Amino acid sequence: MKTMGPKHMLLFGLVGILFIGTGFVQSWNTALTIFNMGLISAIMALGVNMQWGYAGLFNVGVMGFVALGGLAAVLVSMPPVNEAWAAGGLQVLLGLVLGAATIVGAILVWSKMPPGRLRGLAITVILVAGFFIFRAVFDAGVDAVESVDPALTGYLGGLGLPVVLAWPVGGLLAAGAAWIIGKTALGLRSDYLAIATLGIAEIVIAVLKNEDWLARGVKNVTGLPRPVPYEIDLQANENFLALAQNVGSDPVTASTITVKLAYAALFIVVLLALIWLSEKALNSPWGRMMRAIRDNEISASAMGKNVKARHLQIFILGSAVCGLAGAMMTTLDGQLVPGTYQPLRFTFLIWVMVIVGGSGNNWGAVLGGFLIWWLWIQVEPIGLFLMQTITAGMAEDSGLREHLLDSAAHMRLLTMGLILLLVLRFSPRGLIPER
Amino acid sequence: MDFLNAIVALANFVIIPATAYGAQLALGALGVTLIYGILRFSNFAHGDTMAFGAMVTILVTWMLQGAGVSLGPLPTALLALPIGIAATGLLLIGTDRVVYRFYRAQKAKPVIYVIASLGVMFILNGIVRFIIGVDDQRFADGERFIISARNFREMTGLDEGLAFRTSQGLTIVVAIIAVALLFWFLNRTRTGKSMRAFSDNEDLALLSGINPERVVLYTWLIVAALATTAGVLYGLDKSFKPFTYFQLLLPIFASAIVGGLGNPLGAILGGFVIAFSEISVTYAFRKVVGYLAPEGWEPAGLLQLLSTDYKFAVSFGILLIVLLFRPTGIMKGKSI
Repeated sequence: MKTMGPKHMLLFGLVGILFIGTGFVQSWNTALTIFNMGLISAIMALGVNMQWGYAGLFNVGVMGFVALGGLAAVLVSMPPVNEAWAAGGLQVLLGLVLGAATIVGAILVWSKMPPGRLRGLAITVILVAGFFIFRAVFDAGVDAVESVDPALTGYLGGLGLPVVLAWPVGGLLAAGAAWIIGKTALGLRSDYLAIATLGIAEIVIAVLKNEDWLARGVKNVTGLPRPVPYEIDLQANENFLALAQNVGSDPVTASTITVKLAYAALFIVVLLALIWLSEKALNSPWGRMMRAIRDNEISASAMGKNVKARHLQIFILGSAVCGLAGAMMTTLDGQLVPGTYQPLRFTFLIWVMVIVGGSGNNWGAVLGGFLIWWLWIQVEPIGLFLMQTITAGMAEDSGLREHLLDSAAHMRLLTMGLILLLVLRFSPRGLIPER
Repeated sequence: MDFLNAIVALANFVIIPATAYGAQLALGALGVTLIYGILRFSNFAHGDTMAFGAMVTILVTWMLQGAGVSLGPLPTALLALPIGIAATGLLLIGTDRVVYRFYRAQKAKPVIYVIASLGVMFILNGIVRFIIGVDDQRFADGERFIISARNFREMTGLDEGLAFRTSQGLTIVVAIIAVALLFWFLNRTRTGKSMRAFSDNEDLALLSGINPERVVLYTWLIVAALATTAGVLYGLDKSFKPFTYFQLLLPIFASAIVGGLGNPLGAILGGFVIAFSEISVTYAFRKVVGYLAPEGWEPAGLLQLLSTDYKFAVSFGILLIVLLFRPTGIMKGKSI
């Protein structure tokens, strides 16, 4: 690839050494765990890089799109809960359709009727009446669904399809949400998009936490089907045991590592496909147009480019990539836990990856994804080690010593902030700058 | 009598809490809007600045409480507040020197400042968690109620009680004083006028000999005072938890935008609009309607429009409506 010079290969080599070093010093299992999440982080960084690097759009709602991808994994792969569907599944769907119809009706009245008091009155009546009808139908359905064996299910379940299908579906869900946000907030000032995306992310998480009928809320959905074999099955397999014996490793370690390698292979295929597509896009006339719009919106629109439509397009594409990565992450975890979605981890950390790696450069975003994810994991043990060294001379029962040791976990936030500020100041184009 | 009871219930559960919350949001939004008007960027570190100020105040309060100092019926935190403001002021001026001044000299795009403020947010977040931890901290002391529900019932003979907590009364009084001081400063003093001039037209202000660094310095000091006050009042009223302060960012930004970014009066109005809608949409009106409805017609449901978990959705919904129909906010703000 012509975007990669020898210097950049060297940088990738150095990050590779970090992972290999982790394998030797800690364990290969740890190294692979970090590597797999690094692959997913790289995909998220690619998505944010499309929005920020190509088009200069400031999206701080990455967490929301990632969580939508996670929801897709549940909705596609879990088996349907037939009793719940019988109890009130259709009623819940009917309620949602009624709610959507209310909003569509209000929008139609807004655009078709002449402005005036009558229009305002009509819209108010539609919205208020629609809301109460929606709540009446929807709430009854939700109650019925959630009372079906709440300790085990209490939700509608999914479609029972292979989990890999959830990945593109996650992208579609995220794209839908991005379309709604983009329609309202794009074309206004850049800060407004930031606040709007921040808001939608919080709302997506609130919905995931509270709508038990959808994905069990804070009761979590666990035991998602896997695209790769289970460790237990591998350990029972004669051929596998023989193979492990040949390599000279015990079956348990061999099986966990094999499973992680299988995941890694799947993720690498997706990542390579995405890099190939985005490199093609970035170097096509379309990519040049995007960068032209980013660098000077006024002159680009004077050249006849539809700035708002292009922004909407790239915003939806980038968000879809984040949703795809979110679905992959939930697949890897094997569970959807809405409580773990934290904006600092899922939105702002991805931003650090993009800025550090090099905004506008796909390889840079990927490098940033691997490097920052590795740091995020490793800063904690390093911090703890540092604190132990500092406090080594203190008395065993010293309150300060205890406090410092307990607080070592918060070192990662400090470190990430510091890295972001330093890179932004002294190397604003990142490790692998845009060409 | 039932009508009176309904009003008391409404005041107790909606009007008083929303007024206090609105005052806290307004103080926060004033800080955001000042930074936007003068430094021209959306400061994502604002929630964590509030947390930092509140944290320093809490630490000083604990020291004072340990030394046996108290303000009688008022919370000791009021005594510690000036120290919290001073510490936050130093911190903000420090971050300006180390981080933002460089980009000012470069005339960087606003979005670069926003990304820098993300870095500052991470660091402040880390510092606060490092020093005080992630858990809930309570530091309110003194008299808990100005009027307690039982006293109110005995006084008036009504069925419904009305509780007016000290923290709520204090929030309203302190917010009024802070806003009065701010507007006096902006409209009457020379520095305040130069700040407004700088916000209206930077080039013209520079031409007339206004020193931009001085304007920026005063802005950060005022923002420190507003943010710390807002943080401490919120902490007294609810409780102090670093993550909640980070989450306040959304309603605070919504308030500032709804009112019109860069417009101080708008920020106050926006704060109350957001607070009242948030609380009235998530409050279960069953009790109020129950008093008003004729005998035997009491509602069966809770009459709650949205569950309280969706309070962020309310600020967001209002924000979307304003963005769609009036992008510069209720009172005309800037648009760059």
